[in-house]
Amino acid sequence: MEPFRRLEAVAAPIDLPNVDTDRIIPARFLRKAPGPGYERYCFHDVRYDGEGRERPEFILNQAPYRPARILVTAENFACGSSREAAVWALMANGIRCVIGPSFGDIFFENSFKNGALPIVVDGALAARLRAALHAAPGASMTVDLEALVFTGPDGATHPFQVDAFRRECLLRGQDEIALTLSHEDDIRAFEARQAQEMPWLEVKT
Amino acid sequence: MSAPGLRTLFQKIWDRHVVRSGPGDWSLLYIDRHLLHEGATSAWNRLAKGGRRFRRPERSIATPDHYTSTDPAGALSPEPEIRAMVDKLMASAPGQHVTLFRVGDARRGIVHVIGPEQGFTQPGITLVCGDSHTATHGALGALSFGIGSSEVEHVMATQCLWQRRPKAMRVRVTGTRPFGVAAKDVILGIIARIGAGGGTGHAIEYAGPVIAGMTMDERMTVANMSIEAGARSGFMAPDDTTYAYLEGRPYAPKGDLWAKALAYWKTLPSDQGAAFDRDVEIDASELLPTVTWGTSPETALPITARVPDPSSAADAGRRAGMERMLGYMGLTPGTPLAEIRVDRVFIGSCTNSRLDDLRAAAAVARGRRAVVPAWVVPGSGLIKQAAEAEGLDRIFRDAGFEWREPGCSMCVGINGDTAKPGERTASTSNRNFEGRQGQGVRTHLLSPAMAAAAAVTGKLTDVRALGPA
Repeated sequence: MEPFRRLEAVAAPIDLPNVDTDRIIPARFLRKAPGPGYERYCFHDVRYDGEGRERPEFILNQAPYRPARILVTAENFACGSSREAAVWALMANGIRCVIGPSFGDIFFENSFKNGALPIVVDGALAARLRAALHAAPGASMTVDLEALVFTGPDGATHPFQVDAFRRECLLRGQDEIALTLSHEDDIRAFEARQAQEMPWLEVKT
Repeated sequence: MSAPGLRTLFQKIWDRHVVRSGPGDWSLLYIDRHLLHEGATSAWNRLAKGGRRFRRPERSIATPDHYTSTDPAGALSPEPEIRAMVDKLMASAPGQHVTLFRVGDARRGIVHVIGPEQGFTQPGITLVCGDSHTATHGALGALSFGIGSSEVEHVMATQCLWQRRPKAMRVRVTGTRPFGVAAKDVILGIIARIGAGGGTGHAIEYAGPVIAGMTMDERMTVANMSIEAGARSGFMAPDDTTYAYLEGRPYAPKGDLWAKALAYWKTLPSDQGAAFDRDVEIDASELLPTVTWGTSPETALPITARVPDPSSAADAGRRAGMERMLGYMGLTPGTPLAEIRVDRVFIGSCTNSRLDDLRAAAAVARGRRAVVPAWVVPGSGLIKQAAEAEGLDRIFRDAGFEWREPGCSMCVGINGDTAKPGERTASTSNRNFEGRQGQGVRTHLLSPAMAAAAAVTGKLTDVRALGPA
């Protein structure tokens, strides 16, 4: 996993609440393996028309926002399906950080596993940031995970919180499976205890 | 805070599964059961690439459901990319010694239907699946939740997951369900009340007399849609209904082990006075047969209502959201919901494809005639057999409904089963998102009885108002 430390990039506002992961990547693309061309699946059905032409009204199709690597969203962004492909599709477009008032719980987890950073902010602040990004198309923001501070398009800085364990994993690009396997003794002890106390959970094959 | 020592159902299950506490408020949690479908291709690939093995393969069951066709002519799609998803699972599971219910095996079906049906799902366990509707298994008093494919790979290799304890929400459903109000109407009513993000960061315990009075199939419908309220897990306390359902199922404990398990299960319900971070009460007496009008499950309204007006929205953001939804759905504010014509009906999905659901739909279809294409997709091969044994397939066929093979079908629309662009469906599934049932398809969520009523009238219909057949 690629570590995440500091990101300075153009930010784009997404105003719609309850953007579901089906919208971020329609289900028919879930059978495609990540690789060249994957970026096209991101927001596909709202980004392209039936003939595959860009819809000019979609924000990431507008010139100033094209290089965006940060999204500022409305509430409950990426709700719905557990598809990790929603994170892959955003990342294939360069998006590494999403700032919003709330996120789908599974998307939130999936982001950290892939080196992307979701930041939860107050709803009023998210609305102000989105308005500022509309007012200054192509404005940049800076997200500093080491300092736990991001800078808005107006240059104002805002502290944010990320759970310490997740932050460590992101900063280091930690392989979680390797970390877990380092606790083999604990897992084995748990399994022995469970076999004793809850023997009905053993499955005979 | 609760008095010391008082614990919720959730806390009891959680505490029994902590392998290791820390760092911080993280726990390494042991996972008792894992369900796999074809969607985890990348997890299988990474596991193989890392040279890793399943830690406890006997604790997983794999089955194709998302990418199989429900066409009686054959489950395997002629489309190579779709078929490859099924083939990949078929090729991967045996090499890791994972039990596989193949195409042609009557035990095959939707993962969230077959786990309980096989007794693989049990009270007091932790269960995960790479699918957001995994909360379904909470109906049996299990702690179950959906995970992404990185976490799927993690469970494959370690049988554990790093988790932080979510907040606890209790939703008590009181009163008495009026005639015609199904479990689907109860959960849609709950989602409408707390919102599509209302349960985010929470685990929901469903409680109260209406939940206690539900059959297991009904409880599964309720728990299934927890994610539609934002909650990864939702569950209800196990009780005699649960035990009667489980006893004798293939993976359920037998003999002495059953007695031991039962003694443990009876300790699971939340202690009187245990604290919840949030308590919600819904009076079922106030519910009516329900449909959704928009592209979020929270847009649920009684069938007697009208399409809402965006000018009534609380703020500009909400108003824009409503306008977008009405535009996609092709609806005009003020239209009575019961006047909305539909092009197609789908009865199925992990929400509503069990025997109780098929019986409820058949009771409406009996002696009537579908006026639009209407599919009935049982949740598993065993449900299909049981339904046929009591003649439900005959009732549906005589009424002009199509009786199909088990699978996720038109709920997810990635297996060849989709509606056509612009078509409007009445669907017993769980999501009405844009494009969910096919590009440009407009989905109205409702109960099996309401879906059957829509099939025989060609419009969204108050099932209570249907005259004699």
